[in-house]
Amino acid sequence: MNEIILQIDGRKVQAKEGMTVLQAAQSIGINIPTLCHHEKLESYGACRICIVEAETGGRTRLIAACVYPVEENMAVRTRSEKVDKTRKVLLEELLAHAPDSVPLQALAQEYGADKDRFEKEPSFCVLCGLCVRYCAEVKKINAIGFSDRGAKREISFIPEIASGNCWDCKECFPLCPTSYLQAAYVLIEALMR
Amino acid sequence: MFEDKVDEIIDQYQSDPSALIQILLAIQREYRWVSKEAIDKVSKKLDVPLNRIHHIVTFYKAFSLIPKGRHEIHVCTGTACHVRGAPRLLDSVQDLIGIKPGETDLDLKFTLETVGCVGCCALGPVMVIDGEYHGKMAPAQSEAVLKNYA
Ligand code: SF4
Ligand code: FES
Repeated sequence: MNEIILQIDGRKVQAKEGMTVLQAAQSIGINIPTLCHHEKLESYGACRICIVEAETGGRTRLIAACVYPVEENMAVRTRSEKVDKTRKVLLEELLAHAPDSVPLQALAQEYGADKDRFEKEPSFCVLCGLCVRYCAEVKKINAIGFSDRGAKREISFIPEIASGNCWDCKECFPLCPTSYLQAAYVLIEALMR
Repeated sequence: MFEDKVDEIIDQYQSDPSALIQILLAIQREYRWVSKEAIDKVSKKLDVPLNRIHHIVTFYKAFSLIPKGRHEIHVCTGTACHVRGAPRLLDSVQDLIGIKPGETDLDLKFTLETVGCVGCCALGPVMVIDGEYHGKMAPAQSEAVLKNYA
């Protein structure tokens, strides 16, 4: 594997080809906020909170650090006016769906996001897909999936599978940035009885 | 009887998981819906998890998880048809068959849907029944047209 040299927040980083910008940053202890990312899972790129500014060949763009692979001579800025503002708006939009989410509130404080900026649309789930992907990729049980599309997309348990597996596992519960997953499970559990 | 046909469809595609959507479409065409039994069978034989099939059948409008009627009526409510009187046409169809868009009547005779634009605006207002186009539909004509379907 080829070595790739890039800069993150002004510091030189030696990374391996195929690594993501997020991994490269973590390797030198630079923290980039994430919501839909999980070490054990394939990168998903759904929440965009990990957005950073990346300069390559004289062009600067916003990229999602958890999916974007490192490039030679890339200069990354993990905090800048533009990055902070983008994260703030993303958080405000997510908070319209899940105003009481603890991880969202913590980030909101850091980025000065106002949870009441947008009209509330309490779907609670922010569609990060952590529960669905964890169940599929790590547990290989597939007890939970998405249904429908667009604004109506939601998670749903498959009752036959959930009834035999979830009670003893529940490993996805702590991954959920909101409490929606547990609520959905309690509902389906009531239906299964 | 039900089981055989689903098996037959799956066999036609050699239980190939990459043909999942084709198989589901064939089942939809055959039964006018995708039943839970059919989904279970497809999941087992193709070795595709239920949650993935569930996502697909709820994602595409071509699939229905409840039985559809023998005849599918699509009333175009695109812009051109709208200005040419689609709302009145839709009203009269609704009154005649007694169901709203998205619904199927109890005899499983008709399913009514609205559609964004069927691409023949010059013929508006357009109503498509089982793929057959009825153009320049005056609301008063709809009864005569619907009579042709049993
Ligand atoms: S229920 Fe929670 S973990 Fe699952 S997709 Fe929604 S927010 Fe993410
Ligand atoms: S953590 Fe990168 S898009 Fe969600």
